[in-house]
Amino acid sequence: MSSLGIAFALLGAALAALMAGIGSAIGVGMAGEAAAGAVTEDPNRFGKVLILQLLPGTQGIYGLLIAFITLTQIGILGGDPNISLVKGLLYFAACMPMAFVGLWSAIRQARASVASISMICKRPETFGKSMIFPAMVETYAILALLVSILSIFGVGGLSL
Amino acid sequence: MSDSLYTYAVARIRSKELSLLNSQAIEQLLAAKSYDECMRLLADRGWGDGEPGIGAERMLAAEREKTWSLIGELVEDMSVFDVFLYANDYHNLKAAVKLVCTGEEDFGIFISHGTVDYRAILDAVRQKEFGLLPEAMRAPAEEAYTALSQTRDGQLCDIVIDRAALEAIERAGRESDSELIAKYAELTVAAADIKTAVRCQKTGKSLEFIRRALAPCRSLDVYQLARAAADSLEAVSDYLSTTDYAAAVSALEQSPSAFERWCDNVIIESIRPQQFQAFGIGPLAAYILGRENEIKCVRIILSGKLNDLPEASIRERIREMYV
Repeated sequence: MSSLGIAFALLGAALAALMAGIGSAIGVGMAGEAAAGAVTEDPNRFGKVLILQLLPGTQGIYGLLIAFITLTQIGILGGDPNISLVKGLLYFAACMPMAFVGLWSAIRQARASVASISMICKRPETFGKSMIFPAMVETYAILALLVSILSIFGVGGLSL
Repeated sequence: MSDSLYTYAVARIRSKELSLLNSQAIEQLLAAKSYDECMRLLADRGWGDGEPGIGAERMLAAEREKTWSLIGELVEDMSVFDVFLYANDYHNLKAAVKLVCTGEEDFGIFISHGTVDYRAILDAVRQKEFGLLPEAMRAPAEEAYTALSQTRDGQLCDIVIDRAALEAIERAGRESDSELIAKYAELTVAAADIKTAVRCQKTGKSLEFIRRALAPCRSLDVYQLARAAADSLEAVSDYLSTTDYAAAVSALEQSPSAFERWCDNVIIESIRPQQFQAFGIGPLAAYILGRENEIKCVRIILSGKLNDLPEASIRERIREMYV
């Protein structure tokens, strides 16, 4: 039974990195297409659109962070990997906010970034404002990151 | 995912929209003292093919060429825009049938942009090999050719091909995934039907002729419209008052050109929200329509200036601009 615990915990860590990473890859790619379109017409826009392209990339980093913390906590990266099934399931559940919110928020943030890139194409002077719209989506990725981190550390402190 | 979102294309189109003529630019053209000044203003904005002193038609053709070459660069499968090109195809078919039947020379009546090369259409009609044409064009081409060669009735030839063109547009709109293209197709067919009905009423055509000329569409009951057109102009207005085109009645009563202006303005109003869309085929389709509208307005201004029409007279023909 103890091997199932570590399996679930590892699955949770992998999903956090995987789903948030997939979301960011889709998002950065999508925003990159729009950025390329904007730069084709005016190469001076490169610096501005690059920032907007990178915004959906943060979810992948958050996913990696959650996976790394989980791996450390469950003893995969050194320590005792012997954890109960209940604890394994709890780690799995703790990783899920980052996995799902990471995937979804990266894609939605990319759409906001693409719209902001269109906005810069039309009105280059609105760069500051255009940053805010995709940045708002980041809030929810950060909230999911916080919930996942607090849960992982919380589960670590439980004696189950 | 991104293939259907046209992310790259829309970003480029957003930049291109900056160079579209807005109402201030149109005002500037209207205020120009002469045709030459208009041409100079347009050349300053980058209109034309770079050659100085070119004529209006060449300048406008160059602008249309620029639009389609940009769209060709941005979109791999151009068939999504066929709906905008069917009118050119069927115009070329009509020209080819008339040219072959009358034995006259080609004097520049063909339009270069179409889904089929006009030379292929002309060859097919010359050889009477209608099977070489796209499937939807075969039957109307043969029917129009037979009608013109046997009866010498040019009008009959026109209604056969015009109706086929409208049917092709309506079909493309119905099959399109884009709401904008569907709306454009529906409005184009309905507007053409209304114009035909009014023209037929004014020239006293028979009910059978009118029915044959009108192409079916969803927003109009063409049988009712045909019956109304066979009756009187008031009957046409009364029928239209019960449809989505009730607002067009006053324009229609004013003049055919006022009605055409009304139709173009409705299209422009319906595509305007595409300026705020960051994804999809809609902004690209809207750009094409915006450019076509711009070219149409410039043509009106230039021909007005060339013929020394008063500014007010040109102004009443000007459409609303996309940007």
